[in-house]
Amino acid sequence: MKHIFSAFLRDEPRVLTRVTSLFARRGYNIDSLSVGATEQRGISRMTFIADAPAEMANQIQRQLEKLEDVIRVVNHAVEKFVDRELVLLKVKITPETRLEVRMIAEDFRARNVDVGSQSYVFEVTGDEGKITAFIEQMRPFGIIETMRTGRVALSRGSNADIASQVYEGSSSALEHPLAGMAAD
Amino acid sequence: MNGAEALLKTLEAHGVTTIFGHPGGTIMPVYDALYDSPIQHILVRHEQGGGHAAEGWARVTGGLGVCMATSGPGATNLVTALADAMMDSLPILAITGNVARPLIGTDAFQEADITGITMPITKHNFLVRHADDVSKTVAEAIRIALSGRPGPVLVDLPKDVQLELTTAPIVGPIPRPAALIPSDSSIEIALGMLRNAKQPVLMVGGGASDAAPAVLEFAHKTGIPVITTLMGLGNFPASDPQWLGMPGMHGSVAANRAITNSDVLIGLGMRFDDRVTGKTSRFAQNAKIIHIDIDTAEHSKLIPAFCAIHGDATETLTRLTASLEPMDLTDWWVKLTDWQARQPNRPAWGAAAAIQMISSQLSGDTIVVSDVGQHQMLTAQLHPFEQPRKWVNSGGAGTMGFALPAALGASLATKQMVVAIAGDGSSQMTIQELATLRKYDIPVKFAIINNGYLGMVRQWQEMFHAKRYSEVYLEDSNPDFPILASAYRIPGFAASTPDELETCIKEWLAVDGPAVLEVRVPQESNVFPMVPAGKGLDEMLDDDPKLEAKELVTA
Repeated sequence: MKHIFSAFLRDEPRVLTRVTSLFARRGYNIDSLSVGATEQRGISRMTFIADAPAEMANQIQRQLEKLEDVIRVVNHAVEKFVDRELVLLKVKITPETRLEVRMIAEDFRARNVDVGSQSYVFEVTGDEGKITAFIEQMRPFGIIETMRTGRVALSRGSNADIASQVYEGSSSALEHPLAGMAAD
Repeated sequence: MNGAEALLKTLEAHGVTTIFGHPGGTIMPVYDALYDSPIQHILVRHEQGGGHAAEGWARVTGGLGVCMATSGPGATNLVTALADAMMDSLPILAITGNVARPLIGTDAFQEADITGITMPITKHNFLVRHADDVSKTVAEAIRIALSGRPGPVLVDLPKDVQLELTTAPIVGPIPRPAALIPSDSSIEIALGMLRNAKQPVLMVGGGASDAAPAVLEFAHKTGIPVITTLMGLGNFPASDPQWLGMPGMHGSVAANRAITNSDVLIGLGMRFDDRVTGKTSRFAQNAKIIHIDIDTAEHSKLIPAFCAIHGDATETLTRLTASLEPMDLTDWWVKLTDWQARQPNRPAWGAAAAIQMISSQLSGDTIVVSDVGQHQMLTAQLHPFEQPRKWVNSGGAGTMGFALPAALGASLATKQMVVAIAGDGSSQMTIQELATLRKYDIPVKFAIINNGYLGMVRQWQEMFHAKRYSEVYLEDSNPDFPILASAYRIPGFAASTPDELETCIKEWLAVDGPAVLEVRVPQESNVFPMVPAGKGLDEMLDDDPKLEAKELVTA
């Protein structure tokens, strides 16, 4: 089963190495991982997806939380989060295919971010299914290269009434998951 | 004040009195500051020895052990000790020098990425980049090492950080949070399980080393039998009739039978190591597990816990004891008593007999240290540990060479005589620390049980590799240990028979200061009972099949 996690990390040297080294050492299978700064100084947020049985998902969370620079790990419950992924895709075009490629891109609400004489670069955002479908539609035209960001996720604010299930221990999904936790 | 002085002042503020270390190029500013410091430095002959000495110190005191090394090979020599401390949850502060900041990452002389290297074998580590950060980082490192489930923390100090001047205040001990109280709901679930239990058993590990009084109270009020793991020996007195012994691969008949037949098994401060469980699918198949641990990552890691209790050992047990009535376990004790009587047959003379003779000369509060191998399992089986923190061994990591340096650390920490038992193989891995015993006149009585083989490996080859004894024979090239001891100006003794040993032990223990005793024992004796690797505890071999054939006398 796929589990999607958010991990809040202190912005300390090697924190990402500590996390990925733990995954490798304990043999956790990670599908995607994406990390970036947050609105709070000194705290990074990482979304990662693990393919694991429930017991192992629990272990992943507990083992990660033992790392000093990991502040909190949230295992998002199914259907209580929104997730998105962004892909940049460079595809070949010819005078014959140019129009068809643009029409498909429009169907996917892809933005054309680079127009070359022999290629387009598209930017598409969406869930995993949409991204995969877009790539498959573009494949026959000749994909030159792609880069995916990996999925990022947030809990749904509209689930405020079941907040305690979204963020275990947190009073509301309208609060930050680190609210109430000591600053350090 | 420079960074090096800030380091030592911070250690002083934390009550550190002793550092085990070895100097070298990049740690020299700290050694220069040591020259004027009240902190005692114990000069070991190899950094690994310094690491194990710090472990011995931490194990017997429950407090922080401190070791120090220079960069590069000095730091990497600490690696084995740090891995060992991580496995056995010992609070260690390791301080390493590193090359100056501008040289980091340039493959400079004696440079090693020690924070990278030790990442998976420390609880946490730090590379300090400014002298202003030295004191607060060291204080934080000590807090981490001692908090929750203890463990080793490494602080790496570039040489120019040690020399850089700072006016930052010295940070004292960071207050530790109060002992973790378990949730009422988890206690209620456990109480419900225990009230209905007919064949309960309590298994106590190293995490309960400061909870021995609570264990005793719980056991005596409820009547529940107690098993102590290798790391938990001494956390319940061996002389108590409710003690069943040690579980696992070389555990007692009573402990392993009790686990297999139990209906509720409480694991307290232990982690269901594979040497304890044997084949997990056959482990305590009839039991529901209550697992009490301070580290939630241990809950259901290997053995699913029906009731996981996250709490301090004493706080949890005290609550359980208060709410439980004495239990009627008469039928259970009929079985247990029968199993307790089943002791393995051992040869009249051999490693087991020798260890038993040594053990019989020691008082209940003597600290006993072992190395890793057959002698370790025999000591664990045969020495009656009565008190916690009197048994020092390398449990999780199984580090050969642990005993001698760990014993010197334990002896310096307690200012008492310490008995260390090693094999002819393991002792040679760190035997240079005899020099440290001599230098500081440390009263470690070092016994080397010499069977001329790497005995435990030999035992496995005999049992599982068709007696193909591959690269385990040492007899042809072992040193004469008493002569080796005398080369270090340490009295050495040797015995080859029970009579010789009888006389030797008394003289050996009576030496004022360090002393070495070599006991030459027959080569072929093995450790039993034994659960063969990959088998369940219920598939234990109670006795050495060889002995039944020879009709040897029970020791």
